[in-house]
Amino acid sequence: MLLNEFLLLAAALFCIGVYGVLARRNAVLVLMSVELILNAVNINFVAFGAFNKTVAGEVFGLFVITVAAAEVGVGLAMVLLLYRNRKSIDLTEVDLMKG
Amino acid sequence: MLATVLAQVNPNGDDLFVAQNITFGVVATVMLVSAWRVVTTKNVVHAALYLVIVLAGVAAQFILLGAEFIGVTQVLVYIGAVIVLFLFGVMLTRAKLGDDETVVRERRFMAASVGVLLFGVMAWAVIDDYRDTHVDISVPSTTALVSDSIFSQYLIPFEVVSVLLLAALIGAIVVARKD
Repeated sequence: MLLNEFLLLAAALFCIGVYGVLARRNAVLVLMSVELILNAVNINFVAFGAFNKTVAGEVFGLFVITVAAAEVGVGLAMVLLLYRNRKSIDLTEVDLMKG
Repeated sequence: MLATVLAQVNPNGDDLFVAQNITFGVVATVMLVSAWRVVTTKNVVHAALYLVIVLAGVAAQFILLGAEFIGVTQVLVYIGAVIVLFLFGVMLTRAKLGDDETVVRERRFMAASVGVLLFGVMAWAVIDDYRDTHVDISVPSTTALVSDSIFSQYLIPFEVVSVLLLAALIGAIVVARKD
């Protein structure tokens, strides 16, 4: 198979995730878009690992999965704290530090 | 029947992995449509469920690339744990379970142009660099190979990641507890 197929799929997923991070205002949905971005990176890792005939891509993909799980845990805890303090998880309303 | 058709289409019999290519195309299409729905749907729970489809598609791509262990880990960790965390997040923050008209921000045209530009640049770079490069997926990387690599060459990063997980666990509890 062409390496390009996987790289283009990953690029498309990455860009959809970037669009989600920029356009969404619900904090939980922003976290979901971040997951899309991390998965796109993982596809690239594994594709290049298969291309270079090494398991290094797979190992670093596993590390990315671990970090993503930690990120979701801490991120949702922060969203929960935000909800408790502001009664809303709309990111456009979190503007206390606006100059 | 299919073999004769293939022989006519591809008389040299070189590495035209037709079954893999068709599987890739179908899964990739489903993934992209679902990913688009994740970032555009107005219902938060639907977004989480579309995300399940995308993550399962990523696992299928891993299997297609011959990376069995990370494919199984993807299903276990993402579909098993992360999605449940997201649904808990939706529940605990009492997001409206029906359609929420305020989900999409008015800056979405700017965001869309950023995404399209980024995809253009990345696609151009990728196509320019790897025009006809083939990836050989006939030899899968087995779990034994991956574990040998983790517990010898990448032992220190592995331990660091486990400490990171512990730190994230404690951090999440400290941040989210009521006191």
